[in-house]
Amino acid sequence: MFRNQYDSDVTVWSPQGRLHQVEYAMEAVKLGSATVALKSKTHALILALKRATSELSAHQKKMILIDTHLGVTISGLTADARVLSRWMRSECLNHKYAYNDCMPVSRLISMLGNKMQLCTQRYNRRPYGVGLLIAGYDDQGPHIFQTCPSANYHDCRAMAVGARSQSARTYLERHLDEFADCSAEQLLKHGLRALRDTLPNELELNTKNVAIGLVGKDTHFRVFDEVETGLYLAMIEGEERRGGGAPGGGAVEQDDGPPPAPGPDGGDDRPDPQVVVAMETE
Amino acid sequence: MEVLNSNFYGGKPTQLHFSPYEDNGGTVVAIAGKDFAIIGSDTRLSTGYSIESRNQTKLFQLSSKTVLGCTGCWCDALSLAHLMQARMQMYLHDHNKEMSSLAVGQMLSTVLYNRRFFPYYVSNILAGLDADGKGILHSYDPVGHCEKTYYVAGGSAGAFLQPLLDNQIGMKNQQNVERRPVSMERALNLVKDSFIAAAERDFYTGDGVHINIITKDGIREDRMVLRKD
Amino acid sequence: MDLKTEMKIPADFPFGSSSTASPSDYRQVAHTPITTGTSVIGIKFDKGVMLASDMLGSYGSLAKFRMIERLVEVNKQIVIGAGGDYADFQFLRDIIKQKVTDETCLDDGFMLKPRSLHSWVTRFLYNRRNRFDPLWTNFVVAGMQDGEPFLGVVDKLGKAYENECVGTGLGNHIAIPYLRYALDKKPNLTEQEAREAIVKSLQSLFYRDARAFDKYQLATITADGVKIENGLTLETDWSMADLSSGAD
Repeated sequence: MFRNQYDSDVTVWSPQGRLHQVEYAMEAVKLGSATVALKSKTHALILALKRATSELSAHQKKMILIDTHLGVTISGLTADARVLSRWMRSECLNHKYAYNDCMPVSRLISMLGNKMQLCTQRYNRRPYGVGLLIAGYDDQGPHIFQTCPSANYHDCRAMAVGARSQSARTYLERHLDEFADCSAEQLLKHGLRALRDTLPNELELNTKNVAIGLVGKDTHFRVFDEVETGLYLAMIEGEERRGGGAPGGGAVEQDDGPPPAPGPDGGDDRPDPQVVVAMETE
Repeated sequence: MEVLNSNFYGGKPTQLHFSPYEDNGGTVVAIAGKDFAIIGSDTRLSTGYSIESRNQTKLFQLSSKTVLGCTGCWCDALSLAHLMQARMQMYLHDHNKEMSSLAVGQMLSTVLYNRRFFPYYVSNILAGLDADGKGILHSYDPVGHCEKTYYVAGGSAGAFLQPLLDNQIGMKNQQNVERRPVSMERALNLVKDSFIAAAERDFYTGDGVHINIITKDGIREDRMVLRKD
Repeated sequence: MDLKTEMKIPADFPFGSSSTASPSDYRQVAHTPITTGTSVIGIKFDKGVMLASDMLGSYGSLAKFRMIERLVEVNKQIVIGAGGDYADFQFLRDIIKQKVTDETCLDDGFMLKPRSLHSWVTRFLYNRRNRFDPLWTNFVVAGMQDGEPFLGVVDKLGKAYENECVGTGLGNHIAIPYLRYALDKKPNLTEQEAREAIVKSLQSLFYRDARAFDKYQLATITADGVKIENGLTLETDWSMADLSSGAD
């Protein structure tokens, strides 16, 4: 059951110059719960909203430590993310063993991009169905990177991916200018507010469903425990939601949901998906 | 060369001019108490009669409560220590927790035995705290024999510092002595005195001492100078 | 006398070739150095690090190559130097140069640091030692790492260390005592004082090391970059040779 005749495998072009299978893989990222990343001049921060698949299960792990200077959050297929993060761990470890120094973040990401690209050009493979937000610190300061199943990667000042992440991106775009000079604590508060904006009104952040990872100058990457998470959650408790009362706030933004079911004719008349990215170059 | 290659018994493999091993000297002393472990190394790195460095510690921190002391063939010591550090990180990734000192102790034995037929020519002493916060030491031979102890000396002056520790801490061959746990202050002084004594008699030991004091609060460093001749 | 014929195993030799036959499947890997360079010496000073070596490539006792470069600029903050087999040095140098070229092509703003290179060379040489196929070199890495001078050595086994002053080969015996003395007197040498100590050490080496030479290279690495002076000549005074017995 194909949407159209040009998505039989990943290597087939559509007449519009699109790779449908790759675009479908991009949708997998939107199925995962939201993750948020932002950085100041001294710190890089990643946050994730963890979901429990049922009342009986624990919350799904969304944050993975790669090395002392690097961590990722994931949205999409967790299993694919585990494979990628294992590969990143081993690259970082090998680099440290040979060079007695941490791997530069941008180098790791470009290698990762090359690795992921292979899957978008071979008929017998499938793209990695996961979007990563990477927070790292090296000689050039803190970094936030976003990677996509299409093997694109972006150097970002702030970014959010995953389900309902548009609200978080709106928050981040509104406060983008403030981040650079933030302290770690201020950055954390911004991050939590952005993450909270992805939640439906009846839900709240709590110590179980939030994961926080922070890396900075002279501080190794670490994932906060529940006690510490609770401390920071208390700081934003009771604040007004949705942009914190910023001008034009209150409007409910359009969310990234799963794509609508295809029409009965099997054709696809939707416009090309637009990547919304807050890029360093802008 | 032709003559050497083909002797009476026919061509034999040529004698290699190259030896992969070298003795770079150095001494490590460690003492464990009920809530601490102290490990010290001298800081002289020598090759034969040359002193290559007067300021080279032989202690490698493996975790927040485990320190490895390596003496012997320095190239092996360096490589072994770096391999251990990498393996520690792999454990952290796999298990999401820091490796315990006892687990490091077992792993080091395995790592050493992996090179049973081309050994790391290194005398290792591992100092750390066990699950209850009690000081624990492991000492090894080059191919991975491992022994748990509470005081040990290794390296070039190990052979004559060990009897000193046997007497002072082990209370060996003494009658009617009161056996009580060694205090941190006394242990630290004993480590320092051992090095002062070793520097007098062993010319591979000298220049300085680097000491790590491991407690539940972390690892504290201490240094002392030794004679430089 | 033809040794080969004389050494032939007689047909009736009691311990026949079957039991004492030499293995034929061995490969000789370990070797002795052929064209060699002698000492490399180096010292740190307040704002950087200085490295020097003479420019002679000896072929046994023959002073064969009289203008070879044993100090090489790796990038804007690293110089490497080597004693021992010159071919082995060239082999490793070319690999390092290629690494730097590859890195330049990435153009990501990162530059190889001296401590990283030192570590990599250590792993490389240790690996060759483990294969019983060592590179017969003493390797010195000098440079600036995050604004601080770096000076480290690796030998053919992969034995590595950092120090305030280094000397390989005979430099370890002749130059190091003098360099250490200079540093003991004044821990933070100026560039000029470091240079004087280095030149003095090179002179001593030239007087006493039969494989040393009076043409030398001197590299200075500071935060401003690398400066290598080539083909300098040592001022020597042999008049005192008359005072030394056996020199006439």
